[in-house]
Amino acid sequence: MSLDLVAQYLISQPFLHGAWVTILITVVSLFFGVLAGLVLALAQQTRFLPIKILTIAYLWLFRGTPVLFQIIFIYNVLPSFDIRFSAFWSGVIALSLNEGAYMAEIIRSGLQSVKKGQRVAGQALGLSHLSVLCWITLPQAARIVLPPMGNQMIGMLKTSALVSVIAVQDLLLVANQTASADFRYFEALCAAGIYYLGLTSIFMIAQGAMEVALDPKARRRRANGEAGLRAILRRILSNTTTAGGDNVR
Amino acid sequence: MSADEKILELVNVSKTFDRLQVLTDCNLRVNKGQTIVLIGPSGSGKSTLLRCINLLEPPTSGGVLFEGREITDDPRGADRLRRNIGMVFQNFELFQHLSAIENIMLAPMKVLGMSRKDAHDVGLELLRKVHIPERADHFPDELSGGQQQRVAIARALAMRPKIMLYDEPTSALDPEMIREVLDVMSDLSQEGMTSVCVTHEMGFARRAADRIIFMEEGRILENAPTEAFFGGDANARAQKFLSQILH
Repeated sequence: MSLDLVAQYLISQPFLHGAWVTILITVVSLFFGVLAGLVLALAQQTRFLPIKILTIAYLWLFRGTPVLFQIIFIYNVLPSFDIRFSAFWSGVIALSLNEGAYMAEIIRSGLQSVKKGQRVAGQALGLSHLSVLCWITLPQAARIVLPPMGNQMIGMLKTSALVSVIAVQDLLLVANQTASADFRYFEALCAAGIYYLGLTSIFMIAQGAMEVALDPKARRRRANGEAGLRAILRRILSNTTTAGGDNVR
Repeated sequence: MSADEKILELVNVSKTFDRLQVLTDCNLRVNKGQTIVLIGPSGSGKSTLLRCINLLEPPTSGGVLFEGREITDDPRGADRLRRNIGMVFQNFELFQHLSAIENIMLAPMKVLGMSRKDAHDVGLELLRKVHIPERADHFPDELSGGQQQRVAIARALAMRPKIMLYDEPTSALDPEMIREVLDVMSDLSQEGMTSVCVTHEMGFARRAADRIIFMEEGRILENAPTEAFFGGDANARAQKFLSQILH
């Protein structure tokens, strides 16, 4: 084994590009996944029956089949109905739709954790339904939702490796190809592993920062001079002891 | 009291939940500057009647007139109506993610479009009015029940309402905190704030109310001036209720 080679792989063009593709797929899929989740969560609260049935069917479909199946289905089956996406976008669409189903449940539980009296109090002040949602319900739900959402974010980073089966040049595919071309499995996979760990670390810090940002009391403490980074670190340390294991799909 | 200028009127208001009749033909007239206290056994429909006034519970039939205008038919008018009617809840319902002053600032900023600075000034002034300006930056879970309820009153006042509705404002409070909340309410009544209050605090009713309304099983059974009501003129059922809660 050669640490030099690991370092060479780390800064090589294919690995950098692979890491970039992995980040891109993860971030874009998360964005659309959260968006889909929010829409689905709100749709579930409507009293309009057809919409309710539609969302339940959606959750049933996307939570009931493997995400790998969904990726392959969108890439290989949809073209026979003349619906064509590039490999990259097939991966992003599958991951987004799948993520939306999980996010919907997380966001729904967050919205339900805000007691009805809070919404009624907002209405009584003359706030419209939309204002109540934006300024009262969502900010309170966001704090509840963030820790499980952090799990989903980190999960997504790792799940994104599945797109390698439809030949998207992501980190894992690059590592695997490099390894088999050079017969250097240890070094190539080490380099990929280092990238994955580095990226998940960044996600953890981002989650900590968001939790601090959404904690009104932490905001006040920071205004009174406590360093932001220390607050974030403390948040992350307290998380590792309380957060459940992430769900591997 | 001031001139008998009518500000609010309920006409034959009835309310049913599913098949349960909660209110039956309730009529009520509130004049400007009046303080009206609603009493009655639990489940008699007092809170529902209060919530019909600002359409948090739209009446099943009958009408609500605010400043002479019928408001029950106009669903989009509900938001506009509620700006003019402040409400205080049994469980305070302060927004948990906002500090005391931010609780007060929210509606003026988001509904009236007030600037942050102006809303802050209004908030501080109102916190002074309810005697807790030093708690402006505290969050609801850092305040006592009595303090929370006073912030809730200030929050409602920030919209400059023409009527205040109180839904058992002291029922969730420890005994030693009831006084501080009732004092704020009495002061407001004395300043001429029109108020409708559901409460079991008979001392407050005697002191602050112009009229007492007694409800049972969804009907208004008695509607009398305070002195007459407590002076023995109330009907037999109301007398019995009074003797029960006064021990």
